[in-house]
Amino acid sequence: MSVASATSVASPRRVLPGFNLTLGYTLVYLSLLVLIPLAAVFIKTASLSLDQFWAVISSPRVVASYKLSFGASLLAAAINVVFGLLLAWSLVRYRFPGKGLVDSLVDLPFALPTAVAGIALTAIYSANGWVGRIIEPHGIKIAFTPLGVLVALIFIGLPFVVRTVQPILQDLEKELEEASASLGASRWQTFRFVVFPALLPALLTGFALAFARAVGEYGSVIFIAGNMPMVSEITPLMIITKLEQYDYVGATAIAVVMLLASFVLLFAINMLQGWTARRSGRDR
Amino acid sequence: MAGTVAARWQGESLAERYESSTATREPALVKWSIIAVSLTFFAVFLLLPLAAVFTEALRKGWDVYFAALAEPDALSAVRLTLLAAAIAVPLNLVFGVAAAWAIAKFQFRGKQLLITLIDLPFSVSPVIAGLIYVLIFGLQGWCGPWLQEHDIKVLFAVPGIVLATIFVTFPFVARELIPLMEAQGKEEEEAAIVLGASGWLTFWHVTLPNIKWGLIYGVILCNARAMGEFGAVSVVSGHIRGLTNTLPLHVEILYNEYQFAAAFAVASLLALLALLTLAVKTFVEWQASRHFED
Repeated sequence: MSVASATSVASPRRVLPGFNLTLGYTLVYLSLLVLIPLAAVFIKTASLSLDQFWAVISSPRVVASYKLSFGASLLAAAINVVFGLLLAWSLVRYRFPGKGLVDSLVDLPFALPTAVAGIALTAIYSANGWVGRIIEPHGIKIAFTPLGVLVALIFIGLPFVVRTVQPILQDLEKELEEASASLGASRWQTFRFVVFPALLPALLTGFALAFARAVGEYGSVIFIAGNMPMVSEITPLMIITKLEQYDYVGATAIAVVMLLASFVLLFAINMLQGWTARRSGRDR
Repeated sequence: MAGTVAARWQGESLAERYESSTATREPALVKWSIIAVSLTFFAVFLLLPLAAVFTEALRKGWDVYFAALAEPDALSAVRLTLLAAAIAVPLNLVFGVAAAWAIAKFQFRGKQLLITLIDLPFSVSPVIAGLIYVLIFGLQGWCGPWLQEHDIKVLFAVPGIVLATIFVTFPFVARELIPLMEAQGKEEEEAAIVLGASGWLTFWHVTLPNIKWGLIYGVILCNARAMGEFGAVSVVSGHIRGLTNTLPLHVEILYNEYQFAAAFAVASLLALLALLTLAVKTFVEWQASRHFED
């Protein structure tokens, strides 16, 4: 929908009824439940002086939590991009037994409550769990370490990459690859120079979506993280910790940092999705 | 992401087309390596946790399993979870339909901004979703003193849980319907209106049948999240046993008390709900793709 069509359609008479009612309702509902409550975070923080604000958000324990939250989220999103692409590729390009079931279950992290995922992952990776039992004798500890945080974030991020890449991979024109092959390109060259550039915007969008979700994730992480100060505390947990000490202002200050990061990511995701749409010729 | 309801069911014939031509297929070794690696990853990260929930739940036998589910605190958690979803889902459904009608059927300034704002709750950490209601309804919050004067409890009570649930599930129905209704245009509705149907009749008989599958899709995803939300609800609930515990919070309490079998038993209920959600979702996608091909 371009600007030009918007102006030409804005004719004096609207045929369909209900514009004022539905838009009015949308705006009131949105404001009351989302916008005004979110504004509360910024207004509450304004009661702090800049120095106080800085002291809260740059205390060593909080900074350690940023490093873990953002670092583990980046790494998890990167791992998901690689394996998410392989999984999407398998689902679109190959036939294999059980494919329909795999395709349906990819969305499990969207549907499974995070607390359930959290305790299940902890059970698997702790010392006597299915995986922990195998790897702990080799000196690798996953549960109750930053590695555990990474595992949980991989779990919740995977469908974002698969579901972003899959439709684009489906809509690629087969003829392009055939043309590339007929011009003498190897299968790898075709992938590298024809398919991959077409998938790149979707891969980056999937990366950004998985990263954004991982930064704010709470339920699936806190059980497996161990939550040791300076080592395995994620930033959302710092907000909870401050709240439990009735330090509302401190909790809110950290929330401001996280919200600003979310807004930047949301903006980046919007740009990336626009790019994906243009690249794949899909008009939104 | 989840917006393309119909697209995925074309997959089977597509894979066949790619595999049938030497120009577009990989050597068998490469193909099976890719399948093996991706399925191993899938199994380790997605299937294993699912299997662990049921295995741990039944570790001490069916008697312990059913005892954990029949416990009064568990039952009250079930009731509260159902109640919160029963309020949050219909409210967000009505909102989603209203927002999609305004956005898809009319042109106005700031539409793109509005769509972004509707999506906002998805990019906010669930912990912050809980925090914002603490800031408003808590004792030191904007409405706190007034609420206390009038003896109304929002925080650490059911209304707070419902509000947090509404927030985290806010965009589900709207974001499913907006692209769908935009793609369908408004000619059919305009024809109905010109022929003399009322707005309500037009919506009921023309729009609703067209958006049926998208609507169901949005509602089941919304419902799954509403019943499973943990972080946001955890902040506002106050964890009062038998009163303000939803199922996910009940799981946490049992787990922290080292009642692992009971925790996983309750968790298995939620895992079953997730599997049911995925089954319905797959069915809806299949229906929508049939509709799409006609």
